[in-house]
Amino acid sequence: MILRAQHTALVQGITGKQATFWTERMRASGTQIVAGSSPGKGGTTHLGVPVYNSARDAAQAHQIDFSVLFTPPYATKDAVTDALDAGISNIVVLSEHIPVHDVMWFLADARDRGARVFGPNTAGLVTPGEASLGIMPSLSTTIFAPGSIGVISRSGSLGTLVCLNLTRDGFGQSAFLGIGGDPFIGTTTRDALMMLDRDPHTKAVVLIGELGGSMEEEAAEYAASMDKPIAAFIAGRTAPPGRKMGHAGAIVDGSRGSGDSKVRALAAAGVSVCETPSGIVPALRKLLVNAT
Amino acid sequence: MNVSEHIGKELLRRAGMNVPEGELVSDAAGAGAVAERLGGRVVVKAQIGAGKRGKGGGIRFAIGATQARETAAEMIGSSVNGHAVSSLLVEAAVPIAREFYAAVMNDPSSGSARILFSTFGGMDIEEVGPSHIHHMTADIRKPLSLGAARELLGPADVGAANVDAIAGALVTLYDLYLATDAELVEINPLVLTGDGELYALDCKLVLDDSAKKRHEELFADAAAAVGEPGTDLERRARALGLLYIELEGDVAILANGAGLTMTSMDVVAHYGGRPANFMEIGGDAYTKAKPALEIVLANPNVRSLLVNFCGAFAQTDVMARGVVDAIQSLRPTIPMAFSIHGTGEEAAIAIVRDELGIEPYDSMDDAVRAAISAAAERRAFVEAPQ
Repeated sequence: MILRAQHTALVQGITGKQATFWTERMRASGTQIVAGSSPGKGGTTHLGVPVYNSARDAAQAHQIDFSVLFTPPYATKDAVTDALDAGISNIVVLSEHIPVHDVMWFLADARDRGARVFGPNTAGLVTPGEASLGIMPSLSTTIFAPGSIGVISRSGSLGTLVCLNLTRDGFGQSAFLGIGGDPFIGTTTRDALMMLDRDPHTKAVVLIGELGGSMEEEAAEYAASMDKPIAAFIAGRTAPPGRKMGHAGAIVDGSRGSGDSKVRALAAAGVSVCETPSGIVPALRKLLVNAT
Repeated sequence: MNVSEHIGKELLRRAGMNVPEGELVSDAAGAGAVAERLGGRVVVKAQIGAGKRGKGGGIRFAIGATQARETAAEMIGSSVNGHAVSSLLVEAAVPIAREFYAAVMNDPSSGSARILFSTFGGMDIEEVGPSHIHHMTADIRKPLSLGAARELLGPADVGAANVDAIAGALVTLYDLYLATDAELVEINPLVLTGDGELYALDCKLVLDDSAKKRHEELFADAAAAVGEPGTDLERRARALGLLYIELEGDVAILANGAGLTMTSMDVVAHYGGRPANFMEIGGDAYTKAKPALEIVLANPNVRSLLVNFCGAFAQTDVMARGVVDAIQSLRPTIPMAFSIHGTGEEAAIAIVRDELGIEPYDSMDDAVRAAISAAAERRAFVEAPQ
């Protein structure tokens, strides 16, 4: 589900340095952080938030809608298992470089239990004016503003740039959904598109993809069935083949995963695909005029 | 990380599979001695971290010590598919009755492991028609059962007498995939001898770099066997924990995050420029802007620099500090264009303005165009007749 002001959240690994820095920002953006967890620190408080030894303990004392994980890569599988055991049904996994077999393991567990995972290797979720989870600059009013454009991005830095361009030209956002740069992620481009399609606050979608895998191609099939207009940009069309471009998922392998194949699939589905990120606002303007 | 054939085969042998008897050598005399000991026909295989060795002359046969020595002498120091050959695996040749293909790999589109089998072994799997490749997904949380492996082989014509042995090999392969946190384990060919014995004649094993701490010894062995890939600058970056890819253009790029860095390359190309590099300072690496820029500027082909920051997790003021420190220590003479937005932007812009006397562009596109035209001017200057 889309993060809203009324949702409550748990921060797993809350006592770490990055978690401390970002917990303050997430709260300032409106997020209701009701609990934290950190093994061995149960019974203490951190930034005024009660800390528990586990997500299970936290869930005994609080109703929790979302959990966001600031956990080291090798500890993340157990932390997600803990969140699932606690019955939490929306889990945001920020860590990069988690062993891939661990990721497949906890994503399979989440699927079995009907829980949604965002990430791994996501910058998080922002619902401007309401709440945020993760490591996005949600407090910056030059970057994020409330509005009706839903944004899907595999990348945090590029997602930030696109939201900045949107806000500058008067297009606020209904939701920013960071889905993550890894090849195995819980919420795919297609899943995120379905969420925004159903969201009554979203009038149009900006989809920021990148080379590697076939998620954009799979999303294109769904996009073709949508009434809401979609503008897209695909990063990495000039990347050399066979090299991982920073994100573990960003690699062209043989004939699969090229940026051009994604552009073709999206364009064929009626998506307005832009050559550069600065083309997104003009494309959106045109789409919204045509839609009315 | 790619693991050399001989290391992969040793893992298979320890897991109970038949692999040909053989030894790794680094010179012709060594090859002769191994051939002498093995007797009969031997196969001499170049140990390079790349496929299609057969077509590239990297797999050859010899009979007896003299011929093995001669063959090895020709192969050592030669280049196979663009890779220098420094070691050879000399093995007893196995009499082949049938050749199969077997693999287990990470499969993002199903979100699980995938097991593949084909009776068309010994050739490039991408040239085998999809109807001849039998495959199934497997739940990473469970071992593979013999029954499931037998089921996969059902539609493949392997001969009833061989089903159990091949199913057993698939289970072993899957166990190895789990035990090594592999991205891919592939045996091509998996051969059946005239006596009905199964042998793994090759092994391709790709490890997950994110799981390195669980397999320190295997990673160390694999690295020692193939050496560090990449250019000098790429290796220097890797030693610092940075991902740097050297490209052929002349516009140097420093951006934060993989997505924004790729986009910067795309936009440079879109406006007619040529990127000189990919350099990732995403995640915690945003604090390494100084060494990152030092490597980017060490590429002798660069004629201008584009710095494009959009801070989310990465704080642009911290990155700008690193960039200015690198520039003040290296004093590069190339033109530079900046675009800075996001977390910490006021402080970052002030650092660049006050200490370098450069005004960052408000739009990324303007910064990119400035960097491209500066590179073009310098190219014209250098290439003009004197």
